[in-house]
Amino acid sequence: MARFIIRRLLVAIPVLFGLSVILFMFLRLLPGGGPAEAILGQHATPELVAKITASQGLDRPIYEQYFEYIGRLFHGDFGSSFVDGRQVLDTFLIRFPATIELTIGALIFAVGLGIPLGRLAARHPNSWTDGIVTAISLLGISIPVFVLGYTLVFFFGVELHWLPTFGQIDLRLDIPPVTHFAVIDAILAGHWYVIDALAHLVLPSIALGTIPLAVITRITRAAVIDVSNEDYVRTARAKGLTDRRVNDRHIMRNAWLPVTTVIGLQVGALLAGAVLTETVFSWNGVGSWVVTSIQNHDYIVVQSLVLIFASIFLLVNLIVDVGYAFLNPRIRYS
Amino acid sequence: MTTPPVAIEVASIPRTSRGLWRDAFRRLMRNGPAIVGMVCIAIFVFGALLAPLIARYDPTIGSLADGRQGPSLAHLMGTDLQGRDEFARVLYGARISLTVGVVAVFFGLVGGTLVGAIAGGAGGLVDGVLMRVVDVLLAVPGILLAIGIVAWLGHGEIQIMLAVGISYSPIFARLLRGSLLALRESDYVIAARSMGASPTRILMRHMLPNALTPLIVQATLAAATAIIDVAGLGFLGLGPGDPRVAEWGEMLTDSSKFLQSAPYLILFPGAAIVISAIGFNLLGDGLREALDPRLKR
Repeated sequence: MARFIIRRLLVAIPVLFGLSVILFMFLRLLPGGGPAEAILGQHATPELVAKITASQGLDRPIYEQYFEYIGRLFHGDFGSSFVDGRQVLDTFLIRFPATIELTIGALIFAVGLGIPLGRLAARHPNSWTDGIVTAISLLGISIPVFVLGYTLVFFFGVELHWLPTFGQIDLRLDIPPVTHFAVIDAILAGHWYVIDALAHLVLPSIALGTIPLAVITRITRAAVIDVSNEDYVRTARAKGLTDRRVNDRHIMRNAWLPVTTVIGLQVGALLAGAVLTETVFSWNGVGSWVVTSIQNHDYIVVQSLVLIFASIFLLVNLIVDVGYAFLNPRIRYS
Repeated sequence: MTTPPVAIEVASIPRTSRGLWRDAFRRLMRNGPAIVGMVCIAIFVFGALLAPLIARYDPTIGSLADGRQGPSLAHLMGTDLQGRDEFARVLYGARISLTVGVVAVFFGLVGGTLVGAIAGGAGGLVDGVLMRVVDVLLAVPGILLAIGIVAWLGHGEIQIMLAVGISYSPIFARLLRGSLLALRESDYVIAARSMGASPTRILMRHMLPNALTPLIVQATLAAATAIIDVAGLGFLGLGPGDPRVAEWGEMLTDSSKFLQSAPYLILFPGAAIVISAIGFNLLGDGLREALDPRLKR
């Protein structure tokens, strides 16, 4: 098992190395003159360009700049934003909890609803229940996050006034940020503020979780139908085991394997989807930060965030692979 | 001796097999959902082509005095913030959104096929290097790669096509390479090789045609995601960049502040994106079943 993990870690290194080279070049090869001009945009004056060039070491040989960039990355120094001058990592650590909360909320929605729906559809393939579930999952993969987001905001926020439609918490509650997880901070603040934090999570989680919901439903349905046709399931039924026991012990145990893999892979989709979802719901996470940074031409932040997102994605993939090997002895021992 | 009964039976069975493509086409035409998908796509293709004939208003001209009127007989889908006819903008928007989405997938398909064919055909070091590049691109999740590339290339339709195309190419490259590796050991490829066919000929004549079907299915499904992604870029303000041009994603950004007073400005462009994406998804699923009958339940 340890060897398996180490081998997978070693595979990730050249990928991150290659990405760091591309992202480094991204900043150096920006159209519109040099990197200093691109960063400054319309504010570029010869004096400012010279100042930035000197402070960022942009006048030195390119390989020297790259090695310095990599060296600083290893110390957790991603550089600082040109907009507010703060270290990228500092802002990231403040904003990332919001994205984690949103991702967990979306995952709970997608898994909690997707697996039962998939099992329901698989119980009677090609029946009307199957048809409805298939239609829901088709709609789920065909509706953009922002269209669904605004639809939810319109019905549950604007029309029904049931749920809050922007931000992580009602700012009037004035909850001190301790962990930057809105839910945890609200619990710490007491007064049942946590209900407000959870209410803020509902609509964004549904919007972000719908694509994973559709994918998980489809794969659960397919996996359960697949396993149901296996000889050992027929044997189990022939033995006279109850439906429930066959479902739990014989079908789901084996259907879990493809389902867990797909759930893991959805984390990448969730990270990317967070960019759009956070913009719709004014969610102060990392996703909306990507968008504002691009609008502000804050390229150091964009460059760092792409690298961080990719690292997280690779790490999650690794965890999924290890988990898969753990669940599936056929892989572990081969 | 009379005619053997077997011969009679054979003669009575209609000849159904007339080549892979015609068979697949027949199966596709019997697939209800796939037909629905094609109708969805056709609505927008014709709407886009015939927009100047159907729309009674210029999608780029309006007066602020006519802004945010609800749907009526004069303006079927109402008017937007600048008083432009929303129906005309949805129709003209189909031109941009469908073209950019489909061309982006085409770019990705061409790029991915080239990389996949070279990697799968050459093998060895070339394969190793190309696949690491593919891994790097795949490490940036989903639309984030396209966002990064647009941020780099700047605004414009071509830039969006390239960005979305590049972000899709690794999927095609991997898919094709996988099929080619599997085909390499198949009997007919070994047979062709033993007869002295050149590697290029084996790749072009024997392997690529057989590896094509999963690519076609994947490309059709990718068109659905591409339309959504292109709209997503427009929504984030990374669209074609010309504010006069109607693009479904950008139309949503402008309207989102007026959700309460003018929800129809979200509804119509949103529905256009959803229906065209459903169309390509249904067609893709239908093609998958038509091209690979073994999958049929």
